[in-house]
This record gives sequence, structure tokens and C-alpha cells, in this order.
Amino acid sequence: MWKRDEAVRQPAVSHGEAAAATAQAAGSQATRQDSYQGQNERDVVNIGKSVVIKGELNGSEDLTIEGHVEGRIELRDHVLTIGPNGKIKAELFAKAVVVLGEVKGNITASEKVDIRENGSVDGDITAPRVAIAEGAQFRGSVDMATKGKSAAQPQAIKPVVEVKPQSVQPVTTHAPQAVQQGQRVGA
Amino acid sequence: MLWDTRKDRNEVAAPAATLNEDGQIYPTKALRKFLGSLTSREAPVLMDLGPVVGSNITFFGERLGCKILVEDLYSELDRHSRQGGTPFAEKITSRLLKHAPSSIDGILCWNFFDYLDLPAAQVLAASLTRMLRPDGAVLGFFTTVTAVDAAFSKYVIVDEGTVKQRAYTSGSRKRTPLQNRDIIRMFEGLKVAESFLLKTNVREFLFRKPVPEALDDF
Repeated sequence: MWKRDEAVRQPAVSHGEAAAATAQAAGSQATRQDSYQGQNERDVVNIGKSVVIKGELNGSEDLTIEGHVEGRIELRDHVLTIGPNGKIKAELFAKAVVVLGEVKGNITASEKVDIRENGSVDGDITAPRVAIAEGAQFRGSVDMATKGKSAAQPQAIKPVVEVKPQSVQPVTTHAPQAVQQGQRVGA
Repeated sequence: MLWDTRKDRNEVAAPAATLNEDGQIYPTKALRKFLGSLTSREAPVLMDLGPVVGSNITFFGERLGCKILVEDLYSELDRHSRQGGTPFAEKITSRLLKHAPSSIDGILCWNFFDYLDLPAAQVLAASLTRMLRPDGAVLGFFTTVTAVDAAFSKYVIVDEGTVKQRAYTSGSRKRTPLQNRDIIRMFEGLKVAESFLLKTNVREFLFRKPVPEALDDF
């Protein structure tokens, strides 16, 4: 007598179809994740093996170099990675530098320099933290002093003030020469 | 006759050291003194004649806040022994170690002098003495027995009183003991601040460069 409202009734779904729907939902989530990861990966720029750059390289995103670069690389607030195939002959300035390839030149980092196994650096390192793995090659100096806090600033910008002893006006004393030569005075 | 006997005793080669990748742990007494001599300095400059060891860099960086110059003369000597060319003593002065006089606060020689003949050792010691700042320190390990090593060794600092010796580069290496008097003479201009004879047949020397009197008075 009473006619059931078929319209509001949920269609019968088989178990297999439900599983497929779940998989589809998971798939779309995975796609979103892939898209997110892809977006993240796009933030890290790669310079491929066959690329050769001569000159100055500036940037405001993380960079991985597998090719050859000569000159100067500056990534003040980002991570610079020299890949296993990377060959760099340049001054490097970055927040953090990871070396898996070969670097000839000075490295300045505001946070950390990390030379991994088989990585090679021939130059001076200035950074508050330096990690050198077993098997890495290094020749140069390591400066971990606190002045590394402002290390990512290129040195060229820093004002250099040198006080040369020659420019100091001589003060009249009774025996200035004896003092300068490190001899006892009035002994 | 007596001298002959001594000569023979010296020339008996000790068995080749068996350093593996993990290395062997040895005590050290002079390293603590060496560190103590540099702690009062602000941002000292340290020179390491050995190969780069990441944990040592961290150790010295944390303890001393210092600048570390890695010279790795072991690999230079290894290259020299394979390629030949000009005598190693000449290379030291002409190509290697070209730092300014009185520019280094502390020098870690490890056992590098054991692998040099006396003339080369004298040239190196004179060069190091020149580069050392007044009141600076030089740490060196010297063997007391002739030995043939399977490889150079590099020193990994475990703590202030312990080092780990690990194999570094391949090929047979002969270590020849230098006499105490030769060691002291070749570092002419420096004073022996500490010396220890360890049970491991190693003499540890800590040299200090005297501060010129005029500076004291000034």
C-alpha cells in the first residue's frame, strides 16, 4: 500500500565496488601528495651534468649542481648542494653547503658545511658548523669562530679597515727606537 | 763493540703495525697539555700536518673556537715517494708550508717526523719554528723503535687523553727513531715544555716558543 521512496534509498554497493572507491579516494590523496612533493621538488633547482656556467650565480631557492660552475655562487638563505658529478671552481656563499662532488674555492656558510664521503674541497671553509665525513678529501683551512654568524655575507661587501703601523704618527718619547726594537729601556 | 751492539738493536725492525679500518686506541698525555696551552687564546690558529679528520675538526672547533689549517703532509710525502723529483726538504720550503712567520698558535705534527730522514726533519722543524707565534705550542709523537708500517697512520681524537690510530694511505712505510738530542736541536728556538715516554714506545714532546723578554716587560 505504502510506496517506498526509492529516491532516497541508497543504491546497493557491492563489496568490490566499495574497495574500488576507497582505492580511488586514496589514489586522489596520493596524487595530491605527489603534486605537493612535486611542488617541493620544483623549489630545488637542479643544474644538470652537461651544464657549464661561467660567471656569477645568485638565487633565492635551494640549488643542486651536477654540472660545472666557474666563478661565484651566492644563495644567502638557502642550501647549496654540489652533487657527485658537480665540479665547482668558485667562491661559494650559502646558508648551508653540502659537497658530494669537487670544489676548488672558498666556502662560506652561515649555518653549516657538510663534506660527504668522496666529496672533495680544496679551499678555505668559514662556517659555525663543519662536518667532514670519513673518506672525504680536504685541503685548506676551517674557521669555525663565532664570526661565522655573519659569514654568508659576501666578503666584498665587508668594509676592510687595515691599520698599518707605518701610518701611525710617532709619539715623542725619550727612546722610541729602543722600545720598537724590543730592548730594555732604562734598565 | 758496545756501539755496534746498539746499532744492531736499533736496526732490528719491529713487526709491521697491523692497523685496520677501526684503528687502535692509545693513551696520550701531551694532547691535554697542548689543549691547555691554547685555551686562553682567543680564536687561535691551529695547523694540522696530518690528514683531515672530521671529528678532530669538530673537537678543536668546539674546544678552542679556532681556525684550523689542514696541510696533510703525509699525502705529500706519499706522492713524493711515488713520483720522486726534488728532495722533500726542498719541497717543504719552496711549495709547502708557506705561511707567514709567527702566524700559527699551535701545530699538530703527530708522528710525521718518524717518516723523515734527519735533514728533511731539520728543515721541517725550522720551518714550523718560524711560523709559530710566541708562546705557541708544537705537539709531536716520536717512535723509539725502527718499524715498518703497512700504511701511514692518522690520529682520531677520542678525548683529551686518548687517540685512535687508523690506517691512512697504502704502501710500506719505514719509521726511524730520532735521538732525543736531535729532536731538541732541530726545534732550536723552542723549549721543551713537556715530554712523556709512553709504554707504547712513543715519546711525546710538547714544545713552546718563548715569549720575547721585551714583550714581557712591555
